[in-house]
Parts: sequence; C-alpha cells; structure tokens
Amino acid sequence: MNARSSIAAALGVAGLLLLGGCATTHPYDYTNFRAHPPRSILILPPLNESTSVEGTYGYLSTVSRPVAELGYYVYPVEVVDRFFKENGMPTAGEMHQAPLNRVREITGADAVLLVTLEKYGSQYHVINSTTVVKVHAKLVDTRTQTLLWEGHGEAEQASSGSGSLLVELVAAAVAQAINSKTDPAHSVSRLANSNLFLAKDAGLPYGPYSPKFNREP
Amino acid sequence: MSRLAVMIAGTVLLAGCAAPRPLYTWGSYEELIYTTYEAPGKLGPQDEVNTLEKDYQQARATNTRMPPGWHAHLGYLYYELGQPAQARQELQTEKAEFPESQVFVDRLLTNLKKP
Repeated sequence: MNARSSIAAALGVAGLLLLGGCATTHPYDYTNFRAHPPRSILILPPLNESTSVEGTYGYLSTVSRPVAELGYYVYPVEVVDRFFKENGMPTAGEMHQAPLNRVREITGADAVLLVTLEKYGSQYHVINSTTVVKVHAKLVDTRTQTLLWEGHGEAEQASSGSGSLLVELVAAAVAQAINSKTDPAHSVSRLANSNLFLAKDAGLPYGPYSPKFNREP
Repeated sequence: MSRLAVMIAGTVLLAGCAAPRPLYTWGSYEELIYTTYEAPGKLGPQDEVNTLEKDYQQARATNTRMPPGWHAHLGYLYYELGQPAQARQELQTEKAEFPESQVFVDRLLTNLKKP
C-alpha cells in the first residue's frame, strides 16, 4: 500500500467515524437526576408558543398520565392551575416564573415540570391536513433549582389519501368538520408525549411507584 | 416434544409482546379536564362528579387504583358543589393513598375551613 492510498483510506475511515458520530444521539447524562431523584412532580400549564390558544389546556390534559404511569406522584393539574390563578398568577407565564422555593413551600413538590409548547395544531391543505405537536420539557428540582432532566417530543399526523380526488375532497371536508370540533392536536399530544418521556436513552427515568424503579440499565 | 417447544416459544413471545399493565385506572379523568377547559359550561361539577364516581366503581370492581391527584380533584369538585364533608373525605383519601400530596392537600383542607 503506497502513502497516498493509505492517507485516502485514513480519511475515509475518519469520514465514516464523523458521520457515525453525527448520526447517533448521545444518551442523556442523568448525573443531576440521580443526585436529586424526585418522588413528586408538579406539572404546570405549558408556556404556549404555538399559534393555537386552545393548545395550553389541550396539552395539559394529556400529560398527567404518562408521568404518573412512569411512577411519580403527579399533582392534580386542574386543581393546581386554579390554585395558582386564585393566588395571583393568572397565566402559565406567571406560574413558570414563580420562585421555586415558594412552590415547594406551597405544594411540597420535589420537582416542577415546565413544558413549552412549540407547535400545536393543524394545517389544512386542499385535500388533507397535517397536525403537529412539538414540545420541550424541563424538570427542575425545587430545592436546589438544578435542571434534573430535559427533553424534546414531536409528533405529526397526516390525513391519508385514497387515490380518488372526488372521494378525497368529500372525505377531507367531512374530516375537517369533525376534527375541528374534536381538536386532532389533542390526541397527537399523546404521541408527542410518548416521544418525549419514553425516548430511548434520553427519556424520563422510572419513578418510585413503578415496579421498574431503579431496575433500568 | 416439538409441539411443547412451539408452545413454550409462543408463550415467551406473547409475554415479551404484552403491553405493560398500567399502574392506574384513568377512566375519564383527563378527558373531563379537557372538556372543562375547551368547552366551559358544557359540564357542571355535578356531571363531572357523577362520571368520576362511576369510574371509581369500575376501578373497585376490578381492584385497581385511581391515579395520583384523582381523589384531590374529586374533592375539589365536591368543594365547588358546597359539600365540604365529601370534599374532606376525598382529600383525606388522597393523602392516605399518596403521602407526597400532604403539604398541598393540607393547604386545600385549610381553605375548606374558611367560610
């Protein structure tokens, strides 16, 4: 093997390594989480950066279940929302700004889940529609203000086609009429939450009420 | 012999594929929250209480637990309906089932005593 071809081979290998490095996502670093593992999580209404006003509570009504099923104590989200509103914090923005030591004093929560709703809603095209929900979540320790975990979750659902334009147009009109009442993004939120909390090597670890608590790799 | 092997393999496969058993009976809890915010006034607290109590009967029949926050939520609805005795009972149940709720539930119980 001459010098030139060995350099070319080395560059080729380096290129493959680089590509490989970019393609694989690094597993989440759970050091902070392990240092302050929470038992109880207070979920506040999400900061809504989407264009849909209904996103705030459409999303809030899908997030207790995945977190509680992972094994955490989850505070009653609607009671918490009303409690904060009655105590001078009428919006999610104000609730997210509440001092964490005060939140701990009032609720006893070990950690707060602060979700930002980046996208929520449907885009309607001529014969179909696409519904997208995209969230970013941060779990913060109320005692030390340490970021324990954060993650992203996104889900998209498109109405499917059948091949016939006329059938499509009728079906699309019917689907849009029905869906605009039932808010398809509400169900897509559940998929986004699965991607957020159950992400491989990056999800929220099991909590103390789960039989899998402390038994994951 | 080979039939037994196939049966065992099948059982192992089924066990491997079976969805994990949920920890709680959710019933209509989250859907009710969704409806109260998205269609205010469509359901009154009494409608919500009736639905939740029905879910609770089903959970008892199948010997499963209600999720965290559920009894506190029901207690809050009883409070709204002006039934403090039931409200107190549900809040106490929340505390007994999930001791993590104590600080928040005690705060709600204090509010209950206010006229």
